[in-house]
Amino acid sequence: MPLTQVDKNHVKSIWSKASGKAEELGAQALGRMLQAFPNTRTYFSHYSDMSVKSSQVHVHGKKIIDAITEAVNHIDDISGAMSELSTLHAHTLRVDPANFKVLSHNILVVLALYFPADFTPEVHLSCDKFLSCVSYALAEKYR
Amino acid sequence: MVHWTEEERCTISTLWDKIDTEEVGHQALTRSHLVVYPWTQRYFSTFGNLSKPAAIAGNPKVRAHGKRVIVALGDAIKNLDNVKATYAKLSELHSEKLHVDPENFRLLGEALIIVLAGQFGAAFTPAVQATWQKLLSVVISALSSKYH
Repeated sequence: MPLTQVDKNHVKSIWSKASGKAEELGAQALGRMLQAFPNTRTYFSHYSDMSVKSSQVHVHGKKIIDAITEAVNHIDDISGAMSELSTLHAHTLRVDPANFKVLSHNILVVLALYFPADFTPEVHLSCDKFLSCVSYALAEKYR
Repeated sequence: MVHWTEEERCTISTLWDKIDTEEVGHQALTRSHLVVYPWTQRYFSTFGNLSKPAAIAGNPKVRAHGKRVIVALGDAIKNLDNVKATYAKLSELHSEKLHVDPENFRLLGEALIIVLAGQFGAAFTPAVQATWQKLLSVVISALSSKYH
């Protein structure tokens, strides 16, 4: 499901607001995922605190949002932008790719929460497609 | 049987009391089924004009159906200790008559969470979200239970 120009415009527009709050949004998305979807906690067993308030969650959450910002900035070549991260997830972290969908859902929840007026159904559609593309690119090196 | 803590029961009913069933139902159905996942329109061929997001949003059959779905969710909330039995007939209906792929329940559930987040903002805390995700997974399991 390739991104149309409308999709790209929607994503760039809402992400221009999101990228400025990377740490807060990242902590919220990651923390909410860990709280609501306990299976995902298995990848963070080395964290002493998995709540939204945790400094570890904040640091990691920011990394995630910053990486997605990279994908937005290279929206015509998400595969290239995610290449190194894909290698990392495939060979070192070995996160089951099913979890990318779970984190994507929580990113959408956070976008809706923080930017309710901007997160229209049409923008929701574009962001959902975009995050699917990012997830796909992240899984490319797996096998 | 699903175990609910007192805190979870309270969290569910507190948010439920604030929900406008028609509005939330309309938003969730419009967003998920009809705009974000347009292939789900396959189940609504008798609903008339679903050609564009604006048409979907203005469609009275969509509005009525969204409300029906959320009112049914209320039945689950009133019967938290026996959602499976409460939904037995609905499950059969969706399987035998409506032939709805249960994947759709998951999609609508995700959209509902997103609509609630947008409406309630900071009040939709991680703990509230986690409780409602649990509620929806119980509901989805119950709705899927009579499929064979």
